[in-house]
Amino acid sequence: MADFGGGDPEAFRKEVREWVEANFPAELKGRPNPMMREERAKPSEAQEAWRKAVGSKGWGTPTWPKQYGGGGLSSAEARVIQQEFGRAGAYNPIGGMGVMMFGPTLLEYGTEDQKLEHIPLICRGDVQWCQGFSEPGAGSDLAALQTRAEDKGDHFLINGQKIWTSGAQYADWCFCLVRTDTSKKHEGISFVLFSMHQPGVEVRPIKLIAGSSPFCETFFTDARAEKKNLVGPLNGGWTIAKRLLQHERGGLSGAGGGGGMGGRSLVDLAREYVGVDDQGRIADPDLRTRVVQHEIEGRSFQQTAVRAMLESKGNSGPSAATSIMKNAGTSWMQLRHELTLEIMGHQGLGWEGDAFKPEELGAVRGWLGGKAFTIYGGSQEVQSNIISKRILGLPDLTQHN
Amino acid sequence: MAVLNEEQSMLRDAAKSWTQEKSPVTAFRKMRDSGVDIGYDAKAWNEMAEMGWAGVIIPEEYGGSAFGYLSMGLILEELGRTLTASPLIASGVGAASALALGGSDAQKSEWLPKIADGSVVGALAVDEGAHHAPEKVALAATKSGAGYSLSGTKTFVIEGLAANLLVVSARTSGAPGDKDGITLFLVPADAKGVSRKRLALADSRGAANITFDKVEVGADAILGAADKGWEVLEKTLDRVRAALAAEMLGAANQAFETTLDYLKVRVQFGQVIGSFQALQHRAAKMFTDLELARSAVEAALQAIDADSPDVPELVSLSKAKMGDVFHLVSNEMVQMHGGIGMTDAHDSGFYLKRARAAEAAFGSQSYHRDRYARINGY
Ligand SMILES: Cc1cc2nc3c(=O)[nH]c(=O)nc-3n(C[C@H](O)[C@H](O)[C@H](O)COP(=O)(O)OP(=O)(O)OC[C@H]3O[C@@H](n4cnc5c(N)ncnc54)[C@H](O)[C@@H]3O)c2cc1C
Ligand SMILES: Cc1cc2nc3c(=O)[nH]c(=O)nc-3n(C[C@H](O)[C@H](O)[C@H](O)COP(=O)(O)OP(=O)(O)OC[C@H]3O[C@@H](n4cnc5c(N)ncnc54)[C@H](O)[C@@H]3O)c2cc1C
Repeated sequence: MADFGGGDPEAFRKEVREWVEANFPAELKGRPNPMMREERAKPSEAQEAWRKAVGSKGWGTPTWPKQYGGGGLSSAEARVIQQEFGRAGAYNPIGGMGVMMFGPTLLEYGTEDQKLEHIPLICRGDVQWCQGFSEPGAGSDLAALQTRAEDKGDHFLINGQKIWTSGAQYADWCFCLVRTDTSKKHEGISFVLFSMHQPGVEVRPIKLIAGSSPFCETFFTDARAEKKNLVGPLNGGWTIAKRLLQHERGGLSGAGGGGGMGGRSLVDLAREYVGVDDQGRIADPDLRTRVVQHEIEGRSFQQTAVRAMLESKGNSGPSAATSIMKNAGTSWMQLRHELTLEIMGHQGLGWEGDAFKPEELGAVRGWLGGKAFTIYGGSQEVQSNIISKRILGLPDLTQHN
Repeated sequence: MAVLNEEQSMLRDAAKSWTQEKSPVTAFRKMRDSGVDIGYDAKAWNEMAEMGWAGVIIPEEYGGSAFGYLSMGLILEELGRTLTASPLIASGVGAASALALGGSDAQKSEWLPKIADGSVVGALAVDEGAHHAPEKVALAATKSGAGYSLSGTKTFVIEGLAANLLVVSARTSGAPGDKDGITLFLVPADAKGVSRKRLALADSRGAANITFDKVEVGADAILGAADKGWEVLEKTLDRVRAALAAEMLGAANQAFETTLDYLKVRVQFGQVIGSFQALQHRAAKMFTDLELARSAVEAALQAIDADSPDVPELVSLSKAKMGDVFHLVSNEMVQMHGGIGMTDAHDSGFYLKRARAAEAAFGSQSYHRDRYARINGY
């Protein structure tokens, strides 16, 4: 990995380590990232201090260009930062949809002015973004969206409804797909940005089956988007949207190797809840087979992730393997949740109360929340259609009207 | 569907119209939102009892109608469709079967009429760990004067909070895991030394962990014979498992039908999503599985009514098959509804949560596949 920009990897590691030691508040050690919580409380002083420290270094978005507030580092250096954060029990406080999907898309398609206005705020974690794509009538068929944007000279006037807008109740800004031409479907869509803090925006949280309300119905009544916040050409939003969805998908499958799950291995859980026989094998042979099957799936998923990375680094262009990552990763995670519940048995059915350990209650909520993995970011079925059409070259009989 | 006699058809029709009119899924939602700690609507339970449902397997001489287990299954299937929560399985099948199978005349006369009219709710206090394992009884019953003293803890006692009468499996000899040495006791839930802790479950049904601290009972509290409780316990459990499978059959069928309806109305890409073969084939697969599961569930109930020797095998077959099918259908219900299926306002989550609780109760698919193999010497 000779991409330390000629620098010394060990010197860089030392620099990061010393910086983390000097800046990471001890009280946050090993604590979960508050960004990962579905319902957010006001951040503590230490949390704010850590966000500002990382944000001003650009180390929350280490590979993004320095002139927009990123770290300007190589991916090898980014890995060092990740490792050193992990070593210190520190989380990356810079995240959310701005980092995961919107930022990378704007870096690719935005004008210089747009990048200078929006990217530094993302790098510092000063602004949270939400994704205004889905509508009641436009889910998998995203291009059927009907939220209208009317040209008012220096701005667009936006009217319509979005739904399933994750984090809309906490967001400062929205990247939104709007219809600017009703005579065409895909070629009548534009990609605009606007503030959520304006009178024409109303959000109504929706409660999920897991009990929390991480997303909203979002209504626009004469909401305003400045013309300078049109990304890409007028009616050219679909191309940008598809690119953004690729970033979203990539982010979702990334956790599939087990990282995103944290926690104990299924084998450990099974030993505790199901017990072992006199030779140390998981006592329930039927369960044991399925746990092993799941582990084999997980290992081959990780091996594929590594192979895809190596292949795309070579000169052969994006690896075909990347197309399968979302479906493979999300099914794996869902099965892990199911097996966790099954292993916990009666203890894996709790909703609340001290008859259940926090880990057990977390397993139930996680299992329920995880059902969304195969719905958002392009459903399992939409991903399979993409593989069939784009990779396998099979004909598409879906009507395009 | 099994060929029904006239009584059974009437019972099924009555159950269908009552659940549709009086106890649709919105009633379950209301019960959940009210946070009632027993996990069912007591008023609805009274109505069920008035219709005689709690006495369907109880002999006529003790106030029941003795219609049998297939008949009970027909009612439970309808209740399952709308997720109606009630102590019918715990009391009208569990406690009633234990008494009918193992009770003395005096015990039957004392309890069965009250179970049949719904004034007493019975429950089975059997499991002690995270998984169903009825032979792993550690709760100790030691001789104390003319009677016994019970000490130990039972977990996941379904309707354990509402129950007035507990059928408790206790160890009078041997070690946990031995089938010999298990004795069944009838313990009033308000007996001194019984303490109950409500379990707040994902499926919002009623259950409790129950601790017995030197609970004194007389020798006449023994159901059947001391040390020889296993046979009655296992027969009782098989009746409960078959009944639960019938409830699951109804719930899974409704989950499927609700999903099928959605496939016919939700439009994406200018066509109903049910026109996509990717979904059509999965719907066809679910339908196939539901038909297979129905046969398994009905066969188990009929075997119980016929007192056939293959009851254990057929019950394990049905609980394993039904569990797998409900698992699949409840997952597909959420997936095929897309975002709306993830919301609490939609019914999908209720069926999903109920599926996992019912799968785990009285033996998971794994448990029953293993039991089936053991019964057949595989
Ligand atoms: C937790 C969560 C968070 C979300 N966050 C956001 C967000 O922040 N911003 C945002 O814009 N959206 C968000 N979404 C919305 C998400 O992208 C949509 O739910 C998704 O695109 C599916 O659309 P839909 O819900 O309308 O389902 P539908 O499109 O109606 O799909 C219903 C079912 O039909 C299937 N189907 C549809 N078309 C086909 C086909 N051609 N072939 C086979 N099967 C098909 C689907 O796969 C699905 O199983 C979120 C969703 C969830 C659950
Ligand atoms: C949450 C989500 C995530 C997604 N992630 C990805 C992704 O990662 N990668 C990706 O490629 N797609 C992604 N998609 C888009 C997905 O491919 C399409 O939504 C899906 O394939 C359905 O096809 P479509 O008609 O919307 O667009 P597509 O099948 O992608 O077709 C769009 C193209 O076809 C042309 N076209 C469509 N209709 C007509 C017409 N009537 N006449 C002439 N030309 C027409 C358009 O010009 C456009 O270039 C995602 C969608 C969603 C909802």
